[in-house]
Amino acid sequence: MSEALVVDGLHKSFGTLEVLRGVDLAVAEHEVVCLIGASGSGKSTLLRCVNLLEPIDQGRIVVEGEEITAPGVNVNRIRRRIGIVFQAYNLFPHMSVLRNVTLAPTLALGTSRVQAEAEAKELLSRFGLADKRNDYPDSLSGGQQQRVAIVRALAMRPDLMLLDEVTSALDPELVAEVLEVIRELAAGGMTMLIATHEMGFARDIANRICFLDEGVILEQGPPEQMLTEPKEPRTQQFLQRIINAGRL
Amino acid sequence: MTAGSEGRRAVTVAILSTIVFFTLVGIAITHAPGWPEVRRTFFDWGEFKASIPEIARAFLLNVKIFAIAEAFILVLALALAVIRSLPGPVFFPMRMLGIAYADFFRGVPTILVIALLGFGAPALQLSWVPLSTTFWGIVALVLVYTAYVSEVYRAGIESVHPSQDAAARSLGLSHWQSLRKVVLPQAVRRVIPPLLNDFIGLQKDTALVGFLGSVEAFKQSQIDAAATFNYTPFVAAAVLFVALTIPLARFTDWLVLRDRRRRQATGV
Repeated sequence: MSEALVVDGLHKSFGTLEVLRGVDLAVAEHEVVCLIGASGSGKSTLLRCVNLLEPIDQGRIVVEGEEITAPGVNVNRIRRRIGIVFQAYNLFPHMSVLRNVTLAPTLALGTSRVQAEAEAKELLSRFGLADKRNDYPDSLSGGQQQRVAIVRALAMRPDLMLLDEVTSALDPELVAEVLEVIRELAAGGMTMLIATHEMGFARDIANRICFLDEGVILEQGPPEQMLTEPKEPRTQQFLQRIINAGRL
Repeated sequence: MTAGSEGRRAVTVAILSTIVFFTLVGIAITHAPGWPEVRRTFFDWGEFKASIPEIARAFLLNVKIFAIAEAFILVLALALAVIRSLPGPVFFPMRMLGIAYADFFRGVPTILVIALLGFGAPALQLSWVPLSTTFWGIVALVLVYTAYVSEVYRAGIESVHPSQDAAARSLGLSHWQSLRKVVLPQAVRRVIPPLLNDFIGLQKDTALVGFLGSVEAFKQSQIDAAATFNYTPFVAAAVLFVALTIPLARFTDWLVLRDRRRRQATGV
């Protein structure tokens, strides 16, 4: 199995605050890896670094064998291969659902409008959004908006998807429809790196769970082992708090 | 008390207080010692009717100055705002020039810019420099209002949350594509009301071009007033200016409302 993503000794600071202090991580093709950890542990920053939305201070990131953090790399070309979905959806409010999905393929890939729309319609119907294509984002529920955001990222046919706490901003009753979409992606063999607070979901979907603590991956392993018998005391503490909060 | 009767009560109170207020103001003005004189020199119906055709014709020049200047201002101000929002140290000199430009032309009184350009540029006696006072009046208005309007655009650009740009860039769009398709369309929609505010300011300031000698509405009313020793032509010019701004204001309200409705629309 070849590596879709390799993160090697990644350091990232914001001013004097060192958020990532040497992260090492490898994700194989078709593997689903969940990142867990407290707020501020660096999950989002790690994902943003992989998508080159944040410049890194030290280390390197390799996607499908290409070092994307090397100097002189065309960041636009790299980002087209890596999809990211944000906690707050970040749909474009001045465009219809269909245009949200076709914008990047037509502009960044040069796909014809006709073909981009045909592909977008197919993706939208696959995720139960066919009747929403002419709506504007503000008129959709949070769950629908997040599913559109996922479709928007998928329309670029990425090699790798990064999901940044995609259900954290949703009302509880809307979480399931979004998780269902992600399950379907996993079943289709999509390589994914997922930051999440949904431990039950992580247990179902992940091939591997990584516990991020104070900017390093403190412990990782298969879901059953990580969630039932973690070795590190910090991991145990974190999970205990999650259990006490009724989230597992 | 029901909500309906409370609403009717509020309307009644509003109407009554408006009537009382304007009656009092009316009484105060018409009982002023100088009122008969003011009425004769400023509100002479005969003078009004006699002067308004000439002034209306001259007002077409105001409309022309406004339309030409506005077209340039909208484009140049946007360019200036974009230059000032360019990221990175490479663009520092351009950002600095942009700031210096905006500071200078917002600081100098419009009438001075008009005077300096309108009297100064033709005095150079260069064959390729136009001599038309209207031309230089328009150039001066464009220079001044571009500085103001670029600030409005810039506020709009900064009001678009950085996550919108991040989302666009994450999809592989370039900085320029993200700016053009994602950031600017949202920024411009948000600043339509303050943009209109500057349009109205510009519409009024077209009267300053009369200072150079171009016969626009204000200049024409000055000529009429000087001929008859009656100031009613000024009132006629004022009526024309107001008549143009009110439809513009309603049009903007309609644009804003349409945009809001569309964004919340469920299509199909």
